[in-house]
Amino acid sequence: MTHSATHQLRYIGIWLALVVLTIVTVTTAGLGVGRIGILIVLAIAATKSTLVLLWFMHLATEKRLLLKLLVPIAVGVLAIFIGLTYTDVLTR
Amino acid sequence: METGINVGLEIRDKKVFSRVGMWLFILSEILIFGGLFLLYAMYRAKHPADFHAASLELSRFDGTLNTIVLLTSSLTAALAVFSLQELNKRRRTALYLAATVGCGLVFLVVKAFEWGAKFEHGLYPRAAVLDARPHGEILYFGLYFMMTGLHALHVIIGMVLLSVVLVWVLQSKVSQQRSAILENGVLYWHLVDVIWIFLFPLFYLIS
Repeated sequence: MTHSATHQLRYIGIWLALVVLTIVTVTTAGLGVGRIGILIVLAIAATKSTLVLLWFMHLATEKRLLLKLLVPIAVGVLAIFIGLTYTDVLTR
Repeated sequence: METGINVGLEIRDKKVFSRVGMWLFILSEILIFGGLFLLYAMYRAKHPADFHAASLELSRFDGTLNTIVLLTSSLTAALAVFSLQELNKRRRTALYLAATVGCGLVFLVVKAFEWGAKFEHGLYPRAAVLDARPHGEILYFGLYFMMTGLHALHVIIGMVLLSVVLVWVLQSKVSQQRSAILENGVLYWHLVDVIWIFLFPLFYLIS
């Protein structure tokens, strides 16, 4: 198999994984698993966006550390903001 | 040879700078939506039952369909960049870009039907029907229109951007050697997809 065919197949593979994860998340939400349901769908969303960032937006092969870490750091800070605010409001 | 003013920059440097600039822009976009996600988390913590009830009124089918449409558009966008940068195939690049913009259009049409159905039922900001509902539901629909509306605006901007790039590819203004605008335009499109990946479960799958 040629080099370029492998690359294009990888893109299609990532797309397929994203579609499968979408179907999984919709199915899980339909089961009515209760309070942890939100955690499951958010974990799947995080997985999907990681796939897009790594393979479609090429962060997996990015050589510059600054660009590689920019989004993870921003998302980490946001997760702390949102997580702490959420628990604060919940426990008030 | 690169023409123009020589300030000691290699073409390779310029490519890196344009990428750094694009990622900084993406960072700012993440923070814009991050603020809205923060609001969502807070109001949801205060009104879990109302959010649950309001979420039942969204069409899960439409949301899932739009998710798959956007994921597909991300695939064609990635293949467009690959076709130009690695294969140097202009027509194929243009076709992939057209498919991407087409998917964007499908997404907007589905969204328009969804919003239209809500409007028909009197569910829009400041509507009497909505204002008579519990406080949490008013907040839910306020966030729903704000966040999906801002996202749809991004879809429209991305479609315009990629359409212009499509024309430039056909005119050879964008080529294998000068593909930064294509690469960055597609990065923007992927960002729009990533934001939707989070909007979808938070509004459609919490009931």
